[in-house]
Amino acid sequence: MGAAPASGSNGATGGGSVNRKAILWAVLMGAGGLWLVWRVATGAMPAPWGLEGLGLWVAALLTLAVFSFLLGDNPVYKFAEHLFVGVSAAYWMVTNIWAVLVPNLFGKLFPEWISTHLLPGLRENGRAPETDWFYLVPAVFGILLLWRLSPKWPWMSRWALAFIIGITAGLRAIGFVASDFIGQIHGTIVSLAVWSDTGSFLPGASFNGLITLVGVLAGLCYFYFSKEQTGLFGRVSRLGVWTLMITFGAGFGYTVMGRVALLVGRLQFLLIDWLRIASP
Amino acid sequence: MAWRLPELDRRIVFALVGLSVTIPILWKFHFPEFPSPMVRGVFERVDSLPAGSKLLLTLDYDPGSEPELNPMTDAVTRHAATKGIRIYYITMWATGPPMIERVIRQVLQKEFPDLAYGRDFVTLGYKPGNEAAIAIVASDLRKLFTTDGRGTNINAGEMTGSLRNLRSFDMVFSVSAGFPGTKEWIQYGTDTAGVPIAAGMTAVQAPLNYPYYPTQLLGILGGIKAAAEYELLLVKKYPRFADPAFPQEATAKMGPQTWAHLTIIGLIVLGNLTTLLAGRRGRR
Repeated sequence: MGAAPASGSNGATGGGSVNRKAILWAVLMGAGGLWLVWRVATGAMPAPWGLEGLGLWVAALLTLAVFSFLLGDNPVYKFAEHLFVGVSAAYWMVTNIWAVLVPNLFGKLFPEWISTHLLPGLRENGRAPETDWFYLVPAVFGILLLWRLSPKWPWMSRWALAFIIGITAGLRAIGFVASDFIGQIHGTIVSLAVWSDTGSFLPGASFNGLITLVGVLAGLCYFYFSKEQTGLFGRVSRLGVWTLMITFGAGFGYTVMGRVALLVGRLQFLLIDWLRIASP
Repeated sequence: MAWRLPELDRRIVFALVGLSVTIPILWKFHFPEFPSPMVRGVFERVDSLPAGSKLLLTLDYDPGSEPELNPMTDAVTRHAATKGIRIYYITMWATGPPMIERVIRQVLQKEFPDLAYGRDFVTLGYKPGNEAAIAIVASDLRKLFTTDGRGTNINAGEMTGSLRNLRSFDMVFSVSAGFPGTKEWIQYGTDTAGVPIAAGMTAVQAPLNYPYYPTQLLGILGGIKAAAEYELLLVKKYPRFADPAFPQEATAKMGPQTWAHLTIIGLIVLGNLTTLLAGRRGRR
């Protein structure tokens, strides 16, 4: 019996709080809107018409819509997110048609028609190039990939996928072995005593070499799991952990710098390009 | 029970970081920059290229990374254009072509009106295929490119007619925000072709690419800080770039950037201190 009034009382307080919050937000938004109207009317900031003005306003309002996520998930943020996904998908499709299919596939198989109607740049000295029938192979493989959408024969797409996976695996193996495995071992073999062209000892560069050598060896010891990490080996492994932690710390610091730079970019856009309340 | 900073409403942290960025933008608080040896090394390497050299500038990023990467793209473009270096733009990202057209429109055509498309700079445009496309550029560029980025036949162009593969270039400068980016250009391009490469990248990418320095990579411009240092070196060497007609975007961003860092450092220190004090009181 005693719980009911308390619950009702809490509910009433919660409802009042929500109402007050809604009113506060409505007042803030209204005041902000009036301030924008006043600035546009006085010519202090660009108006939302014309190609440039409209683009500026849409970009600014979408930026604010995305920022609104900081206060919590909301329909305005959802709208901006969905719009971004839709526009991105369309952009990728159109770009790939014009950058891949037209010049690199249709331009090879139907050079006369493509160079006459879509891509005059294909013509050299006024003549279209010869048809390259070899490009029927990627055309067939491309069509095979689309069979994934078929409810009856989706397995046909696997032939094209197998080709893609094989090529990618081979290419990556070569790249990693040459640049990451051999190249990195070569990069680790550094002199511990570095001398300048004039013959003077360079302590900074020499110390860097020493850190590289010790850091790499200690890091490798940490990832060697066939021996128990005790005694001297354990202490070197511990040094490896410290090296990794310092690397992660540097990485985190860089990440913060990157994210803040993006925030600065957006706020500069809002304050300088849109609102015009700061100078570049 | 003692109050701890980690219990602070996260929206207050957002507001503090927001204010630490907004106030320096409004009132222009700046800190002096000091070029690091690595940025100086990259600058001197670009500066040592003689007029007429061919620089391949790969812009592998999207609008999401523009605030960080546009300033270094602009600075390197200005540097190369001033030196009379021929600039070839290329991108492996579908979102890259607008980045290329922006730098051509806002930097080359605006600040260097004497330079002409096709004679002093050219765009090869976007090609998909990630590392496979880079490998083809390294071995036989013509298998991939029938036209330049604006639809001119590759054999007809003054700058593109003589291109064969990556070895046709004197240097590669990769500006990237992820995959494919600098790492892939090293793995599948410059390492096999033996062409020198320097790179500018988002701060997040920089630690991942440090292992390639200095044997496989001439140097790294990591994030907005390195871009500001490059701008400073450019102004010191070529004082005409100090004119406001040449915007120093990275330098302008470094004021708010530094204040935001100070705020974050302050919050981290305060958070740890209050947690430590709360722990001690709890033990008593």
